[in-house]
Parts: sequence; C-alpha cells; structure tokens
Amino acid sequence: MLLIPCPWCGPRDEAEFHYGGQAHVVYPDNPAALSDTEWARYLFFRDNPKGPFAERWSHVAGCRRWFNVVRDTATNEIHAVYRVGETGPVNA
Amino acid sequence: MAEPIAVRQSPLAHLEPVSGRDLCIAEMPFLTQVNLRVNPEGRAAAEIGLTLGVPLPTEPGTYASADADVLWLGPDEWLVVGEADEVGTADELEARLRFAAGTEHVGVTDVSAQRTALLVSGPRARDLLAHGCALDLHPRSFGPGRCAQTMLARAQVLLVAHEGDEFTVFVRSSFAGYLATWLLDAAAEYLVE
Repeated sequence: MLLIPCPWCGPRDEAEFHYGGQAHVVYPDNPAALSDTEWARYLFFRDNPKGPFAERWSHVAGCRRWFNVVRDTATNEIHAVYRVGETGPVNA
Repeated sequence: MAEPIAVRQSPLAHLEPVSGRDLCIAEMPFLTQVNLRVNPEGRAAAEIGLTLGVPLPTEPGTYASADADVLWLGPDEWLVVGEADEVGTADELEARLRFAAGTEHVGVTDVSAQRTALLVSGPRARDLLAHGCALDLHPRSFGPGRCAQTMLARAQVLLVAHEGDEFTVFVRSSFAGYLATWLLDAAAEYLVE
C-alpha cells in the first residue's frame, strides 16, 4: 500500500484516498470551437508515462481536499506533493 | 395525557457501557454538532472565534476548547461540538455562529444526527484503537489536543484525543452499530479482570 503524504493531514494510507487521474489538464479556452476529435482528445486522452507523473488525489477519508502528487509510475516513489494552486515541479 | 409521537433514540441506545480497570467504552449520545465552513482569514472567522471563546484552530489535526470543542476538519472547515446543556441546541448554536458571521459568506450546518460519539478511555484505550487504525497513536504524535479524520476498522471516524488517555470516536450513525461491535470484540482481551 502507498503511504501518501497529504499536504494537510500528513502521511496516510492509500486506502484513505481517491485517485483523480492526470493533473494539470487545461480546460480548452473555447470549447465550442473544437472539433469532435479535439474535444474527445481533451476528454479522454491522458499521458501514460513510465516515470514521474503528476496526478490528482483526494483525501476522501480525511480532510476531503484535492491535491497534486508527482509519483513515479514505475517505482511508486512519490517525488512531490503540492496543494491545488501551488506550483509543483511539473507545472513550474 | 397525549403520548409523545416520537422519542429521539441514539444509534447506540442498545449498547451497554463497558467498564473495566484498564478500559471503558460508552456512547455519548445527542451531542450538539455543527459543521462550519468559513474563510479562516476573513473577519467572520475572527468574529466566530470571539463568540466561541477560542480562535478557530488553523493547524491541521488540532482542536481548541472553550464551552464547545472546535475540531479542525479541513483548511476552511471545522466541527463545533458540545454537550447540549453547555453549548445549547444545534439550532441555538447555529444561530449564534450565523449572527457572529454577520453578512459574510459562511456555511453553518447542523450535523448532530450525522455522527454519534463513543468515549473510549483508560490506559488501554490507545492499544484498543491501534487494533484497527493505521495512525500513530503514541502520545508523542497524537496527544491531547489532536484530532484526526481517518479509518478505524475500515469505517470513517473522527478521532479526538483528550487529557488522560481519553478518546472520543465520532462515527456515522449508520456505522455506529458495526463499530461498537468491532470495538467490543477487539476489547475482549483488555476487559479480563
């Protein structure tokens, strides 16, 4: 089980969290102007790297806040944790 | 004389309090509980702190006590808890908090029926809770003044540490029967005289 350091509550068991997929997926400026292909790409296409990946997690059994984690998808090592609105190593 | 139509019944009304040399478990029914959401930096938070007699705690996982306990639930969320004869009914407490907030934007919600509270006390209380909780409950990291929302025996709980090895376990009413049964089962080894 992962030990995830919630930026508010400190390290907690993975079972207390909910996974939220890739972080920093930017909402299109003008969604109405997108073609179906582009819209589908925004909705459904996500990176799937082997290595560090910025993703969102929610501490559902604790403070119920969303935050960002940079996790290595190959080793599960957590490189960074930062709150929503804060600058992380990926969106810096 | 007309009979009352309904009498409020606590979720653990059937639970016999357990009391041993090292461990006591009892329900504390019908606590007044009000959920408070407010910007911690705003004027409303300060005014609410004044009316409660203690500033809203901003350090995660701590609580402050005056007439009521003010438990940190999130960066902009608190639970105000107290005995009804000390802090008034939930309606009264809610009105007090709303009045203090004035015209500022706050969320004040009566959640008294959402959770019931179990008082677990005695020198073995930490050991008992540690059976089903992944948190470090050692007094060094979870001493008096700390509170935490976490899982106890796979049920979501709000743990509060008081002075003298005393813990309040807030649990959702629908989980209370399960959790009380689990606690009694786990406590068997500590209740042998």
